[in-house]
Amino acid sequence: MGELAGDKHVKYILSVEKKKDSFESVVMEHLRLNGAYWGLTTLDLLGKLDTVDSNEVVSWILQCQHESDIRALQNEDGSFSGDIWGEVDTRFSYCAICCLAILKRLDSINVEKAVRYIVSCKTLDGGFGCTPGAESHAGQIFCCVGALAITGSLHHIDKDLLGWWLCERQVKSGGLNGRPEKLADVCYSWWVLSSLIMIDRVHWIDKEKLIKFILDCQDTENGGISDRPDDAVDIFHTYFGVAGLSLLEYPGLKATDPAYALPVDVVNRIFFGRCST
Amino acid sequence: MASSSSSSSEGEGRRAWVPLASRPEFAGVTPLPQDDGPSPVVAIAYRDDFRETMDYFRSLYSSRELSPRSLLLTSLAISVNPANYTVWHFRRQVLEALGADLTEELEFTEGVAKRNAKNYQLWHHRRWVAEKLGPDAASRELEFTRKIFCLDAKNYHAWSHRQWVLQALGGWEDELDYCAQLLKEDVFNHSAWNQRYFVITKSPSLGGLNAMRDSEVDYAIEAIHANPENESPWRYLRGLYNDENEAWLNDSRVHSACLHVLKAKRNFKFALSTLLDLLGLGFKPNQEIKDAITSLRTSDSGEAGSDSDLANSVCSILGREDPMRANYWTWRSSKLPQAAEV
Repeated sequence: MGELAGDKHVKYILSVEKKKDSFESVVMEHLRLNGAYWGLTTLDLLGKLDTVDSNEVVSWILQCQHESDIRALQNEDGSFSGDIWGEVDTRFSYCAICCLAILKRLDSINVEKAVRYIVSCKTLDGGFGCTPGAESHAGQIFCCVGALAITGSLHHIDKDLLGWWLCERQVKSGGLNGRPEKLADVCYSWWVLSSLIMIDRVHWIDKEKLIKFILDCQDTENGGISDRPDDAVDIFHTYFGVAGLSLLEYPGLKATDPAYALPVDVVNRIFFGRCST
Repeated sequence: MASSSSSSSEGEGRRAWVPLASRPEFAGVTPLPQDDGPSPVVAIAYRDDFRETMDYFRSLYSSRELSPRSLLLTSLAISVNPANYTVWHFRRQVLEALGADLTEELEFTEGVAKRNAKNYQLWHHRRWVAEKLGPDAASRELEFTRKIFCLDAKNYHAWSHRQWVLQALGGWEDELDYCAQLLKEDVFNHSAWNQRYFVITKSPSLGGLNAMRDSEVDYAIEAIHANPENESPWRYLRGLYNDENEAWLNDSRVHSACLHVLKAKRNFKFALSTLLDLLGLGFKPNQEIKDAITSLRTSDSGEAGSDSDLANSVCSILGREDPMRANYWTWRSSKLPQAAEV
């Protein structure tokens, strides 16, 4: 099979910073912090974080800081709104729980209610949707399983049932889709895979075939990874492709924490060590 | 020019850009350029129309001007970047301050949805408008999502919206028929199957899962016979019985359906895994089922003996038919209850 064109992907990520006059960059304007996360984490997984100036990045991020209080966004039923304007979705449960755990302030929300709300979003096939009654979706499943993992609540999940639903996402090409009868997409290499790892069922998919699918989604000339072979690349899919390969223990990549979606050494530093400056 | 209709904002993009600085309605507005700080990361080279629109937006936003021209400006800003949630939020503030006609706002969102049907901010905005309009908006919301489904019958946002509409505003009466219609168009539409389950469990006019179970079992089995490789009706069928294992075991229609599929010797993966589930719960298969399973085996190791041998046979057939999930089927065989020695 092919190989991971790591150096090309590094070049691609760094070039996004300098890309002139692209429609894509205009449309992605609201996602700049996300873009920074995807790009930087991918560089770190590839062992190339030193290619950016960390002081520059840190001071820029600090300028993006905004007054807001996650705790105030928890609702009566335990769910979380995305912001003060009220949209409720299990994605926000994950964001809140993940952020507060990293800040070591999980005690500032009602974790029991938060868990109960997530469990209420369980579907008849063992998965999770965005709200109670909504269809199982691999992205939402990642959010719910991740939130339950971080809060030590995985016992609420029927791991065998969910594991089967998740491994059924693997299609003939070896790629993973997000729902039955949908197309495979590289980003599900993250959402399905990390969920499977968190519930100890990752051996139920064919890892070799998935690796081949991800590698086939690379642009080996210009760098970057796309949603499926021969489509246009973007930072989002580049990150999820590389992170997926990391979860699959592809050689040469740092290990990734499936719940926090951060390199394992970063998570260890957060929880067990002091930040080196 | 205070119209919020979609056509003006979409048209702007296609016709030559008329700078806002030369438009009389924006006279007196001092554009506020974006402050990226001294060393921007992921710096973006903006198009002129985008930059100018956002400079003007920033100005009216920071001065809290809640006027018709602010409404127009949010239309323009949304057309150049529909995912900017600050713009949408400001638009809601303007709409409220102006006491605007929210049915016109529905038209605006429909225009945006044409090119951005998977945009979170759009759907959140639509929900906000519908909530304000109340139960009278229900049928229009159902019609709107119906139009979206004509283009993409699995749009997750639209399904989430439709479920919210039904629960918050009503309109359940025709929902089961609508699910049936969608499934007629594409019986593999998992979203429609999910919606069907949602309707039979939550609709106030149907009596709940217990009342609906019988007819729904027949419905699912009909779909199974038409396309036994279709994952959805199998999951739906199982979901109809949820935790009621006794009833699941004793409904002869279920194992008859499995047998029917096995005999055809094609697309029998879900039939076999359903039988495996039943066997695990103590199901005693008749000779016909045993023979059907045996005839699917390729290795010649004699008659299937005890039920645990049968279940093991099923697992090895599945491992052969579905090699990508070989580890899963191997695991299933390790979980089988051991048959009592007789």
